[in-house]
Amino acid sequence: MKFKFTLAAVIVAGAATSLTVQAGTLEDVKSKDYLSCGVSTGLAGFSQKDEKGNWSGLDVDVCRGVAAAVLGDASKVKYKPLTAKERFTALQSGEIDILSRNTTWTQTRDTSLGLNFAGTIYYDGTGFLVRKKLGVKSATELDGAAACIQAGTSTELAISDYFRDKKMSFKVVTFDTSDQTRSGFESGRCDFLTSDQSQLYALRIGLKDPAGAIVLPEVISKEPLGPVVRQGDDAWFNIVKWVVNASIEGEFQGVTSANAKTLRASGKPGQKRLLGTEGDLGMKLGLSPDWAYNIMTQVGNYAESFERNVGQGSPLKIKRGINAQWNNGGILYSPAMR
Amino acid sequence: MSVPPNYIQTSKSRGSFFNNPANRALIYQFLLLMGLGYFFYIIISNTMSNMEARGIKSGISFLGETAGFDILMSLIPYDSTHTYGKTFIVGLLNTLLVSVIGIFLATIIGFIMGVAHFSRNWLISKSSTVFIETFRNIPLLLQVFFWYFAVLSSLPSARQSLSIGEAFFLNVRGLYLPHLAGDEGSVVVYGAVFIAITSIIALHRFAKIQQEKTGKQLPVLRLSLAILIVLPLFATLIMGTPFHWELPVLKGFNYQGGTTIIPELIALSLALSIYTGAFIAEAVRAGVQSVPHGQTEAARSIGMNEKQIMKLIIVPQAMRVISPLLNSEYQSLVKNSTLATAIGYPDLFTVFVGTTLNQTGQAIEIVFMTMAVYFAINMFISVLMNLFDKKVSLITR
Repeated sequence: MKFKFTLAAVIVAGAATSLTVQAGTLEDVKSKDYLSCGVSTGLAGFSQKDEKGNWSGLDVDVCRGVAAAVLGDASKVKYKPLTAKERFTALQSGEIDILSRNTTWTQTRDTSLGLNFAGTIYYDGTGFLVRKKLGVKSATELDGAAACIQAGTSTELAISDYFRDKKMSFKVVTFDTSDQTRSGFESGRCDFLTSDQSQLYALRIGLKDPAGAIVLPEVISKEPLGPVVRQGDDAWFNIVKWVVNASIEGEFQGVTSANAKTLRASGKPGQKRLLGTEGDLGMKLGLSPDWAYNIMTQVGNYAESFERNVGQGSPLKIKRGINAQWNNGGILYSPAMR
Repeated sequence: MSVPPNYIQTSKSRGSFFNNPANRALIYQFLLLMGLGYFFYIIISNTMSNMEARGIKSGISFLGETAGFDILMSLIPYDSTHTYGKTFIVGLLNTLLVSVIGIFLATIIGFIMGVAHFSRNWLISKSSTVFIETFRNIPLLLQVFFWYFAVLSSLPSARQSLSIGEAFFLNVRGLYLPHLAGDEGSVVVYGAVFIAITSIIALHRFAKIQQEKTGKQLPVLRLSLAILIVLPLFATLIMGTPFHWELPVLKGFNYQGGTTIIPELIALSLALSIYTGAFIAEAVRAGVQSVPHGQTEAARSIGMNEKQIMKLIIVPQAMRVISPLLNSEYQSLVKNSTLATAIGYPDLFTVFVGTTLNQTGQAIEIVFMTMAVYFAINMFISVLMNLFDKKVSLITR
């Protein structure tokens, strides 16, 4: 009889634990004192590990920004490299606190995966990388060609749409990781490699002969990339959303990692509000008043992050283009921080 | 005798219903079953409510939605306007294709290598040992990578293809073969092939009965071959050769026309069949060694030749040992075919658990469906192999 009761107790206990709701991600991150961040398995400019094991990139800077805002220290991040196929499950299951892995914001993902996109940090689009000696000048000449592509991406859908629309045929060869896709392209398994344009520049650098390949002018889809969080935790959603905005607003207000300390005491009202010496923006997020100050001093504003990782300060040399501030010919626009 | 026997009365009077061991066993089993049922009910309902609370879509209605992505290889007509349900079928067929090819080649490789072990030729028997030990001891994933990235990826590009007589082409995009296309009247030839095969089966039956009755042996193999060649050839000539070859031709980026075998399929089939073949070779060796040497000597002493000894004495007895081992090797091969995902061969795992899962986000439904498929395939193999096992097992009278 004793055995039976034990079994019943185990079952009831098991049921009870599984029914308890997840604690808020903010409390969770604070109590474990690090942020668990899902990144790519290695993509130059966005999330990449150097020989010493340090991660850097535009996506990594989002993680660092959130860690700086929440924990006061941008280095308190544990990175979890994920393939495109694994990324959403890792976030849904609670393995990571935030997914910052060049992920395209689509309506289906936003509404059916139980996830929320917290903003856009890079406006991208699907492009084509071809070998120069193929002599192709435009994507419209690619009828009958074979494409190398990474599995589990929105590119898979974009490329099918494009070829169907142009009434051209093509073959698609899908690979698991970005590196495999590149080696498939290099071995000649396919005629062109297709992915988000920013990735094409990154992949091109990794080729044995970068000069032998060109990125075609066509951009065939909208691929706004941004961080993702679980749905149903609004406090955490707000924090990630406003960390992204603070970085953009920082550039707009002229706050940089170099001048943040001075501006904190003697800046304009908008700058002081951002840096926490005026108003209580931090408190409303459940954070300390110096949350954005920590982001500015430890990570820098959007422009600094962009130039360091993908812009002129990097091997990628991508121009700001539409990723410039709205008053500078781009479409970056942070809602009002007041 | 209207009074029931004594012992029943005492057992009834001595204890209650619950003290009866049979009843108690039933009650415990019932309670355990209820407990288990409750356990699974909690898990399932909990998952469902959690998924709903987090706004994750569930249900299988997604199978009817448009997929919107393309697949490298499909045995049935498929394009991106078809549904997610169709991607399941496409993946399933590709899995079955590579499994059937793998099982077929692995069996041949296994039997050749297993028998080669017993060759009196030192070189042959040692090469078999080297083959078995090499491929059995290297992880399968590594072998898949070896064939795909080391061997097939280093083939020349489409324009510099290796070719045999401008009909067969091999390049990094795959193997291009001429395709035999049937014209009007080709149906007659297919019919002739069918008749040839049926009559060969009938011939085998007849030869067996004849031998049991009279002891005479017919030259079955030669007769079968003759029927198989002459009948279709005759039909072809009568119908005025109703076939033509469709040759692959370099057009634009790739070869068009003919039959294309993609390198992913070649690499995966090679890796699976060689790896499993090495294990089957060991099973064959074990089977042959399990037949006592006395059997061979006895067969020689009644005047059988080496071929007859192999066919009539050793193989039937060895099969009893080999057959159960074959069963599990075949099952492993089917499961191992999921390594396709590493090189992008569009099998069920790559297409359905890979892309479809990612585009729809419906992990639980998709993983469950896929598990059910592999379970069903392996159950099917198991049933077939058990039938085979019964056929070769020792019949005791």
